[in-house]
Amino acid sequence: MKDKIINMLELTGFTWFIPLIKLVTGESPKQQLQDLVKMIGIPMLAMIIFLGLWHVGAAKVVTSLGQVPGPVEVWKQASILIDEHYIEREKEVKFHERQDIRNAKKLAKDPNAEVTDRPYTGRQTYFDQILTSLWTVFVGFVIASIIAIPIGIVSGLSNTLYSALNPLIQIFKPISPLAWLPIVTIVVSAVYVSEDPMFSKSFITSAITVTLCSLWPTLINTAVGVSSIDRDLINVGRVLRLSYATTVFKIVIPSSIPMIFTGLRISLGIGWMVLIAAEMLAQNPGLGKFVWDQFQNGSSESLGRIMVAVLTIGILGFMLDRVMLTMQKFFSYDKNAVIR
Amino acid sequence: MESYLNIDHVSIEFPTANGPFKALDSVNLKIDKGEFVSIIGHSGCGKSTVMNIVGGLYQATEGGVILQGKEVNEPGPDRAIVFQNHSLFPWLTAYENVEIAVKSVFKGKKSKLEMKDWIEHNIELVHMSHAKDKLPAELSGGMKQRIGIARALAMEPKVLLMDEPFGALDALTRAHLQDSLMEIQADLNNTVMMITHDVDEAVLLSDKIVMMTNGPAATIGEVLDVKLERPRHRLQLANDVQYNHYRSEVIHFLHERHARKVA
Ligand SMILES: Nc1ncnc2c1ncn2[C@@H]1O[C@H](COP(=O)(O)OP(=O)(O)OP(=O)(O)O)[C@@H](O)[C@H]1O
Ligand SMILES: [Mg+2]
Repeated sequence: MKDKIINMLELTGFTWFIPLIKLVTGESPKQQLQDLVKMIGIPMLAMIIFLGLWHVGAAKVVTSLGQVPGPVEVWKQASILIDEHYIEREKEVKFHERQDIRNAKKLAKDPNAEVTDRPYTGRQTYFDQILTSLWTVFVGFVIASIIAIPIGIVSGLSNTLYSALNPLIQIFKPISPLAWLPIVTIVVSAVYVSEDPMFSKSFITSAITVTLCSLWPTLINTAVGVSSIDRDLINVGRVLRLSYATTVFKIVIPSSIPMIFTGLRISLGIGWMVLIAAEMLAQNPGLGKFVWDQFQNGSSESLGRIMVAVLTIGILGFMLDRVMLTMQKFFSYDKNAVIR
Repeated sequence: MESYLNIDHVSIEFPTANGPFKALDSVNLKIDKGEFVSIIGHSGCGKSTVMNIVGGLYQATEGGVILQGKEVNEPGPDRAIVFQNHSLFPWLTAYENVEIAVKSVFKGKKSKLEMKDWIEHNIELVHMSHAKDKLPAELSGGMKQRIGIARALAMEPKVLLMDEPFGALDALTRAHLQDSLMEIQADLNNTVMMITHDVDEAVLLSDKIVMMTNGPAATIGEVLDVKLERPRHRLQLANDVQYNHYRSEVIHFLHERHARKVA
């Protein structure tokens, strides 16, 4: 049981908890306490110093919107945002209750009456916006991966194709999302016309912008991983006369999994960064739009709320990276490799 | 009479930045069925190149390789290769490494159960049954090489090609593997072409030792028939006159007549 938990923590990268678990189960307490101080105490200390500097520094800067918020103010705004979420959810429940009662009454009077179930159209809460952002980045990232991994594999296997694609990759890679966005917006408006759109245009625009920017690290890393496979392994495949497809699935992909995941992790990181900028401009109702709206709003609370968003973005980005890291460790054949 | 494997006037040129580089010049060698042939020569003379041509991984510029009356110029499981550094798939267990070969070679020819028996039989041949479910990273160098040999044997090749199969191993492990190989060879009587750097290994294992001249444009300098009784035992042979005679022949060839030019 204990070993299982420790194994889990190791896999997910939450190694800081391991001494804690060991301590609880009474394994050499002295050693564990030392480890604990090293692994939790020191980062903790750094965090406290950071908060202190922030607190002191913020107090010294006064802007047109008042003082720059310190940690306390930001914490307050965070709890307000959380409260707003619950209030909004309660309103929604009440709305549906009222609607259900109305409909029930109508049906009681006349069983054939037409009842409408109107959806609740309340304000998006902070958590809705976070979910929108996560969903958008996920869609953009998945599309990017679906395109980048196969192209990476094929071009890693063929020098000709690689030298054909390389200049294109090198040119498109450094393009900023802000440059893509206007093009994507216009193209999406022209191409994506439907009566009853399943997705909003702002969502599509943001997701495609994420795709365009997060394509390249996966593509390049996959190609490099594939082209650096041990020649002998490929030769074993040739001796066995494996088909192209079997070679790809049985030899090429397994041996380049570590590199593919390295690329995917970088891509997801970039995608998340790009998303915020894209949402600001495309007005996709996620965290980027939240920041933009607060900026436009310019009330005394705005700066604090923006900082909540900034921290949220950071923490979520960190968590996304952890998810990828865990997957990388899970899929990698070399469980002992140190992956950071 | 036509020989089993005929390396017929094979030459090869590699294109390089400074024009073509002729690595082999008219290599001519006939090998009979069931013969164990070692190729010995200085580093860089072209031993691996010969083997890669027989294995079909390289194409000869001139001449060709004829196996049982048919020219071969493509790799195939009838010429299984044991590589110097094992070349096991690191994400597959020992068993699965043999399995991938058996499945692709005997697809449609053996039933599932027969395949399983065949895989296990070959792992047993190299004395690795106890570790068949381990990943290569969990095996020692010698064990990995044993599995590499099992994988090649499991293809039931017409010719078994081995490129310095024991080169990366320490002397004791190497001796163990040589003994295992002799045992297997006594059993199966395969046709084997083995590259080696080790004079003792060559004399101990071979029916024929092929000595190559130095490159560029290397070719076969001399062929030595080793007519020692089998089974051979390294302890008995240590003081055997005949054995030491063969040994000194090879050493003389390598270090007198074809001493490596000081680089
Ligand atoms: N693909 C290639 N392209 C160009 N030159 C090559 C190629 N393969 C081998 N050579 C050259 O051919 C010569 C023979 O190489 P080979 O690998 O066959 O030597 P070897 O006898 O196996 O050496 P070692 O004992 O060190 O393994 C060398 O000079 C090498 O540089
Ligand atoms: Mg070699």
